[in-house]
Amino acid sequence: MLGPRRDSDAGAAADTSVTNVAEASYPTKALHKFLASLQSNTGPLLLDLGPVVGSNVTFFGEQLGCRLRVEDLAKDIDRHVKDNTLDQLPAFFTKRFKEAPGTVDGILCWDLLDYLDRPAAQALATALSSLLRPDGCLLGFFSTADQRESIYTKYVVVDESTLRYRTYPASRPRQRSLLNGDIIKLFKDLRVTDSFLMKSKVREMLFRKPPAR
Amino acid sequence: MVNIGKSVVIKGELSGSEDLTIEGHVEGRIDLKDNVLTIGPNGKIKAEVFAKSVVVLGEVTGNVTASEKVDIRDNGSVDGDIASPRVAIAEGAHFRGSVDMQRAGQKAQQQPQQQQKPANAPPSGQPQPQNPQPNQPQQHGQRVGA
Repeated sequence: MLGPRRDSDAGAAADTSVTNVAEASYPTKALHKFLASLQSNTGPLLLDLGPVVGSNVTFFGEQLGCRLRVEDLAKDIDRHVKDNTLDQLPAFFTKRFKEAPGTVDGILCWDLLDYLDRPAAQALATALSSLLRPDGCLLGFFSTADQRESIYTKYVVVDESTLRYRTYPASRPRQRSLLNGDIIKLFKDLRVTDSFLMKSKVREMLFRKPPAR
Repeated sequence: MVNIGKSVVIKGELSGSEDLTIEGHVEGRIDLKDNVLTIGPNGKIKAEVFAKSVVVLGEVTGNVTASEKVDIRDNGSVDGDIASPRVAIAEGAHFRGSVDMQRAGQKAQQQPQQQQKPANAPPSGQPQPQNPQPNQPQQHGQRVGA
């Protein structure tokens, strides 16, 4: 029941003509909780760290009436791989975002942390934790399988309980799978509110910043 | 419907009360608050844009505000912030910036807060001048799609 849904089932044609490009639909349990956590906010500010997906912009805009900023971090990773400056990624992430600390209501982190070495992952997690406003929410995906293929996944929202995973070429593979404890340590300033281990070999985790005292 | 042809270059403010298609170059400000603005495949705009609806098949550099809809079609490009209750970005379109799809009621609620900002305050999402970031990372546009 929770396995991949073929594209023919979802009424969409898959483009498998290009190497490394494939897509399939999977259930998501964390997305609707993420949306629910933001729906009480007026005009929330949402940060999407994945590539621009037009239908996602429309979806989140219509669901939340939000301000959405898309910052494709995969491109940043690719650029640092190409320039052989991966060691500079931690410092880069500390200055990457324009938003003031404590001003972002929700962050779609997707699975970006899987592609980072530990220092860069920690720097990014710290930067994101700082951006969130108290009670703000972060959605992160973490692969539970070792995948050495150099592909990113673009998560296209079909509806609040279904995502279409669309892969495309990456400059590096996922790094070592993060264990649950590692993930919690990365986001030590946030609280894990939900964690779902999906049959798509993805752990969906929802984090919330504790309210200000 | 008015058409600004490929060879036309306009610098300054462009306003009107009928639908407009631009295939040429415009720099400055475009104000068609009650009408549809179409940036044709050859159109290149470097301007603040205000219209009822905006359809982009060419290139826009600048913020786009529409009271109804912004539609960036395949191969269309927007480099700037969009404010509109409805936004459609086609696969293959290029977009870099933020999208503000707040509903009218939400805007009204937020206005008292915005009025407290100084007149020269930067737009939402822009760096605060009192907290400069000298090594601002390079920004890259993104092409939508597989």
